[in-house]
Amino acid sequence: MRQTTVPEPKLIFEKSRAGRVGCNLPKCDTPAVDLSSILGETRVDLHLPEIAELDLLRHFTNLSHINYGIETGFYPLGSCTMKYNPKINETTARMTGFANLHPLQPVETIPGALEILHGVQSILCQVTGFDYITLQPLAGAHGEMTCLMLVRAYFESRGEGQKRKIVLVPDSAHGTNPASAARCGYDVKSIPTDAEGNTNLAVLTQVLEEIGDQVAALMLTNPSTLGLFEPNIEKICKMIHDAGGQVFCDGANMNAMVGTTRPGDHGFDCMHLNLHKTFSTPHGGGGPGCGAIGLQKHLEPFLPKPVIRTESGKIIADEDRPHSIGRVAGFYGQFLMEVRAYTYLMAYGKENMHRISKFAVLNANYVRARLKEVLPPAHDRPCMHECILTAEKYKKEKGVRALDISKRLIDYGFHPATNYFPLIVPECFMIEPTETENKETLDEFCDALIAICHEAETDPSLLHNAPSTKIVGRLDETLAVKQLDVRWIPGAENKEYTRLRQAIS
Amino acid sequence: MPYIPHTEADVAEMLAVIGVSSIDDLFCEVPENLRLAPGSLDIPNALDEPKLYAHLLDLASKNVDLSKVTCFLGAGIYDRYIPASVGAVISRGEFLTAYTPYQPEASQGYLQAIYEFQTMVAELYGCDIANASMYDGATSMAEAAIMSTSLNKRQKVVVSEAVHPHYRQVLDTYCWSMDIEVVTQKSSNGLTTEFTEEEAACYIVQYPNFFGSIEDLAAVRAACDKNGSAMIVVSDPVACALLKPPGHFGADIVVGEGQPMGVPMGLGGPGVGLFACKKDLIRFIPGRIVGKTKEVHGDKPGYVMTLRTREQDIRREKATSNICTNEALMALANTVYMIALGKNGMRSIAENSVRNAQYMISELDKIGIGAMTNKVFCEFVVTLPKDAEWVCGAMLDKGILAGLPLGKYYEGPPNTLLVCTTELRTKNQIDTYVSALKEVLA
Ligand SMILES: Cc1ncc(COP(=O)(O)O)c(C=O)c1O
Repeated sequence: MRQTTVPEPKLIFEKSRAGRVGCNLPKCDTPAVDLSSILGETRVDLHLPEIAELDLLRHFTNLSHINYGIETGFYPLGSCTMKYNPKINETTARMTGFANLHPLQPVETIPGALEILHGVQSILCQVTGFDYITLQPLAGAHGEMTCLMLVRAYFESRGEGQKRKIVLVPDSAHGTNPASAARCGYDVKSIPTDAEGNTNLAVLTQVLEEIGDQVAALMLTNPSTLGLFEPNIEKICKMIHDAGGQVFCDGANMNAMVGTTRPGDHGFDCMHLNLHKTFSTPHGGGGPGCGAIGLQKHLEPFLPKPVIRTESGKIIADEDRPHSIGRVAGFYGQFLMEVRAYTYLMAYGKENMHRISKFAVLNANYVRARLKEVLPPAHDRPCMHECILTAEKYKKEKGVRALDISKRLIDYGFHPATNYFPLIVPECFMIEPTETENKETLDEFCDALIAICHEAETDPSLLHNAPSTKIVGRLDETLAVKQLDVRWIPGAENKEYTRLRQAIS
Repeated sequence: MPYIPHTEADVAEMLAVIGVSSIDDLFCEVPENLRLAPGSLDIPNALDEPKLYAHLLDLASKNVDLSKVTCFLGAGIYDRYIPASVGAVISRGEFLTAYTPYQPEASQGYLQAIYEFQTMVAELYGCDIANASMYDGATSMAEAAIMSTSLNKRQKVVVSEAVHPHYRQVLDTYCWSMDIEVVTQKSSNGLTTEFTEEEAACYIVQYPNFFGSIEDLAAVRAACDKNGSAMIVVSDPVACALLKPPGHFGADIVVGEGQPMGVPMGLGGPGVGLFACKKDLIRFIPGRIVGKTKEVHGDKPGYVMTLRTREQDIRREKATSNICTNEALMALANTVYMIALGKNGMRSIAENSVRNAQYMISELDKIGIGAMTNKVFCEFVVTLPKDAEWVCGAMLDKGILAGLPLGKYYEGPPNTLLVCTTELRTKNQIDTYVSALKEVLA
């Protein structure tokens, strides 16, 4: 039985009535002009909705009621670091002195903005242990790609560009890793994970013996997507370096390390950070991201432009970079996200920074310990900031998949964890609580999962049919692909659109 | 630490359940030589919230933001009015603090909003379909160019010199790393007129172009047909409320920057990349797409992310792009903006921008400053009798951001200036500009 009383939401287009407007528009006080003499042919048809302001607000308020965010409840989506996004960050990012800056206004007029960018760079250099940070990349995957571009430029500068065309990627890696490698013209070779959850050193050794001189880089996630710290990290970096390659760190999991250990000290040459994970810039329902990268000195000449640095005590935006890979984004990166990240970093400061990783790891291990009877960990080792559990036994014994358990969690009022990633753990459950959750919330969540696992034993249909308390039940993704409907089209009575409707459906 | 809620008693209980005696024990797999002592980073000390606020306010007030000067600077990022409703909607925690809608049953609100976004972006650009957003205008253009190489298996893209220089620089970077050749097509008098490369995967033009001039898209379409190349147009979505949109000229892919529609300038980020195209190209599109479907066990309609097999998490190195996180919140801002202004409002601000530009061109003409004579939307190039950088400096002293000097981007004498008037500029501000310029040049 569906318990919701929320009515089925209409599309905004169905609410439109000719003549309404949702904004008190600015008046124009310059002389009217004859548009067709100035522009030639102008547009006649423009099908945008006409909605009054109150109705607009109601539309979105109602939509927000059928959407789940961190402020709604616990959001243990593994690999995504769904921590609290402090409100002060929103306040500072909205200050007119930041929000109303044009990216092409003279740099002399934005000293405060440069101080923010430089401040974030300096703090992140310390936190990651890298010599340089750039804030140009616009998201995590964009940062991965930028790092690989630096690697490519580095090898080209040494005349090894044609020779080193392979990037090694562990089988546990996030999909953006191989995709970013492909974006930089590299062939991808997968490296298996061993039974303990570490990089398979025997295979790596063999691969390097065979094709080591063709390897441009290894892309390693540490802690891995299995939530485990790679204990051989120094050795692995040395193996790659001995073969002449570079080592990239996927830093999506930096939350496990902040203030406790630094990838720059592990032997990595470059890394990306997701400020929209580790440093609390809000994820906004899928973006904006904010993808800083860190790098060692030898990659510095190739940094994307502009480079924010100091010169005789003054912060400058350096565009005069002869060896730069060029520009990777339109302007300075996600500046208003950097304001948020800076606010966050300064709230923690020197004395508190380590608490981020300590409490993130504590929470993850607590959840792991509480759930181990019902959902055994994929590996028998302490986890870092997230725990990877498996629901394999319910699939084998009761035909209940990890996804079914997740959908049932929605009925219990929680956002599910990540399923089916990493790909190498069967019926995988990736739970990342983050440091900002209190013990009561973790207990409620664990109690719910324990109850659900009990339901899986006694009444699997409850799980198969979940969720049953939301505006919709489980949705048919196959149908969505088969009968592609990716935009609204007015009804057939609207002549102008009959063609389009036929064309698209 | 206020964001970490643990009491000492909590920690003790939790450690007992885990079966270790200290939090540090949990880090036993981190080699000891790699561990840091707490508080050992060389970074500033923590600030409490009032001090934090004051510190940020201090940094903010060091900048010359647009509450202190009048902005005639455009070039891809525009000073347009943001209705209050936009901020109200995108500040709601249910939207602001959600992740990507991987669990559609708990994310119907966002998914529906993105479906509405896709509909309106496609509509504005005159295209069949649009995706759920890209990072920004520049990367959206680069992605479109790369997509065109997989449509016709050619490894050369042609871009007009009248496309935003920063966009072209991003294109260069992306194409370098994929071994795609970039050919820059010269323009003449601010317009792209020649399309001579025969083996082009695509031709890229901007509409209105970087100089504010309105390109002849019918001619571009004809050239693309002749050469078997894809037609890619970078377009200001606001201009498309008034101009015949690129899709109606048969553009294959239309991309652009959504910032003018409800997103603060924010020193250029975050913005939002718009991406629309013909429907038969849908399987080649980068990024996310939201589609409508039904329940598995029922009849209720709902929305999901669809055509997922194009994406990196499933297709890995064979994905159409590496993009994962996009700009959903800014796409939501665009959605609210397009609804708040609606059909008539969008057209009215576009018209008012044209009126302001025409008034300014004629007033400048009166003091002997001539503008390029092409058809223009809300930006135009003027030639000054002095170095444009210098003039801008002098104008800034009078509280005016006079425009973008083009000497840095194009060959030729450094005295051309790109000037922009949005709907926000008033007659009085334009008059003040003109008299200030007269003084500066005197
Ligand atoms: C391990 C890992 N690497 C990379 C990424 C890519 O980051 P983004 O989504 O910001 O592009 C993610 C998150 O999506 C991730 O979880």
